[in-house]
Parts: sequence; structure tokens; C-alpha cells
Amino acid sequence: MMKWVFSGLVIISIIFGIINNTIKEVSNSAIMEAENAVKLTLTLVGSMAFWGGMMRVADKAGITNIVAKCFRPIAKFLFVGIDLNGPAFKAITMNLTANLLGLGNAATPLGIDAVKKLAKEDGVTDTASQNIIMLVVLNTASIQLLPTTIATLRLSHGASSPLDVMPAILLTSVVCVTVGVIMVKVLEKGYNLKAYSRKKIAHEL
Amino acid sequence: MNFSISDFIIPTIIAVILVTGLVKKVDVFNEFLEGAAENLKTAVSILPALIALMTCVGMFKSSGGLGIITSLISPITDFLGFPSECVPLAILRPVSGSGSIAMYESILSDNHPDSFAVRVASVLLGSTETTFYTMAVYYGAAKIKNTRQTLVAAISADFTGFVFSVFAVRLFFYIL
Repeated sequence: MMKWVFSGLVIISIIFGIINNTIKEVSNSAIMEAENAVKLTLTLVGSMAFWGGMMRVADKAGITNIVAKCFRPIAKFLFVGIDLNGPAFKAITMNLTANLLGLGNAATPLGIDAVKKLAKEDGVTDTASQNIIMLVVLNTASIQLLPTTIATLRLSHGASSPLDVMPAILLTSVVCVTVGVIMVKVLEKGYNLKAYSRKKIAHEL
Repeated sequence: MNFSISDFIIPTIIAVILVTGLVKKVDVFNEFLEGAAENLKTAVSILPALIALMTCVGMFKSSGGLGIITSLISPITDFLGFPSECVPLAILRPVSGSGSIAMYESILSDNHPDSFAVRVASVLLGSTETTFYTMAVYYGAAKIKNTRQTLVAAISADFTGFVFSVFAVRLFFYIL
């Protein structure tokens, strides 16, 4: 996928550069943008490292476990028929908590572990069960309590109050996640209906 | 005095984490170093992708191609009240994490950091994830091939984010 985005954009840019007579600017960008990428990394690396350190302390202090406990009622509602004392449910709450706290590095292995355990619990091999789909959709939507990358970049460009977008981000995240969850549930009904009618037709034949 | 509630968020979080750590007898300094080192590695590991993507996005911008595309779809975005500067970010967001950071940075350098477009871009970036990448990683690792309604549900959530981010920024910055 990304190889097409990358090469496509470069080739289209060169063609546009010739048509629009901007080939000089295109050439300058090709030379200069790599430097900008390094500058961008330099802007970000400090705050990324700082929050990585902070969140690790939070994790070791047991804050992650407290948040995970708060998650249980919501997770119970989202994951139908899941074993609340099973290893899958524990991995799920840890994964969602890591996402919430912005611990991207920790969240992914926990999430993969949770998917594997769910597959075992639901007895599926190569087809996703509803609970697996729910977990992946929750991970493709993001609820992050502290948008540090955004705040760092905005501050470096001179924003007066870089975190002023936080309420808007939280509200939008919640709306997105809700839509995702509803879609998983509604489409699951559709799938079940289709499977049911297929079975029924097969039976009648 | 010149400060707002949001100026207290970061110091409060830091204080709560450190104090809880000390109470629970965590070696806060060494654990901090461990976590910081881990994220330092991540930051460096996304640099090659950032170089590739910022170069192609930058070339595309200076060729005038970006302007043509945004003006082509401006009737739709104007109708939704969506700032045309954010269109490339919305397109790239589900595909690439570092690509969307590169795009966000380019929106920031072209617009005022407190402008409507930057705020919408911030909400967009903060409330959505790299859907395709996440799906590929999770299902790839678990060897699941039939993903059923995952893509439709995930894309619906992303699309909601695009439309709703404009509304949320208007609500919090222009109505309330």
C-alpha cells in the first residue's frame, strides 16, 4: 500500500512540476524535505521520550491497574459472553488502558495477545469472531487522554494554548468509538441473519 | 494573571504519577529512564518513514498538485464546512501514522497554529488511528483471514471522525 502512495506522489509531483512550471520548487523540496523530517523528529523525540518515561512510572505505580478496573463494566457490555475471569478479558482491559494512556508501544503486543486468546476462547481459527472484531475496531479508533504529540507540534509552531483542543478531541473520539461499536453490533446481526437464512435454505433444499 | 484550566493538566498529571510512584515505592527515576529509552527508540525508528513521506508530500505540495486536488474537491468540503487544507490529512490518516504526522506538520507550517484549519487537523489526528495498519498488524499476527465487518465498522468510525471534527471545533471554539 505505502509503496504506491510514496512512488505515486513522487511521480505525480514531477509531472505536475513540468505542467505547472514548478519543477524548480519540486527539485528544492526533494533536496530539503529530508532535513525537515529530521527537524520534526528532533521536535518530537524529547516529549515522546518524556511521556514514555512518565507512563512507565504510572504503570509501575499501579495506575494502569486502577484504570483497567474502571474499564471492566464497559468492557463487559462490549464483549458478549466473554469469560470475565479468563486471560483474554485481562489482556483486553490492559490493551485498552494502554491505548487510553497513550502507551502505544505497550498496547500493540497486549492487543495481539488478546486477539490470540479470544480466538482460542471463541474456538475460531481463520475467521474473526464478534469479540475479536470489537477489539480490533476499538484499536483502530483512538481514545487518548493526553494528545502529547499534537500539543508538542502546536507549541513548537507558537500556539498560545496547545492543549485547548483536548475537549474537542475527547468528544470526537467518543463519538467515533460509539459509531464503530454500533456498526460492529449492527453488522453482526446482519451476518447472523444471512447465515441463518442460508442455513434455512440449505435445510429446505 | 494569564493562564487557563488546561495549563494545569500537564503539571497535575506529572505530579499525580510521581507521587503515586513514590507512595508505591517505585524507583521512579530508573523506571522513567527505561520508559524514556524505549520511546526514544520508537522516535528514531519512525524517522526513515518520515523522511520518505515528508519528501513526497513536500514535492507534491510545491508542484502545485495539492492545490489542484483540494480545489477539485472543494465543492464537497465547502458544503461540509471542512477546511480544504485538512483533506490530504484525512486521506492519509487511515493509511500511515508517520504520513499523517508529516501532513499535520505541513498544515501547521502553512497556517496559524490557532487557526480553524489547525484545530480541525488536531482533532482529526487525535481522534482517529491508522486503521489499515492496525488491522494488518492485529489480524496478521493472529493469522485471521476472514475479517468480516471489521473494515466497514472501522472506516465508518474514521469517516465519523472527519465529519464530526469540524463540528466539535465549531462547538468548543465558536459556539460555547
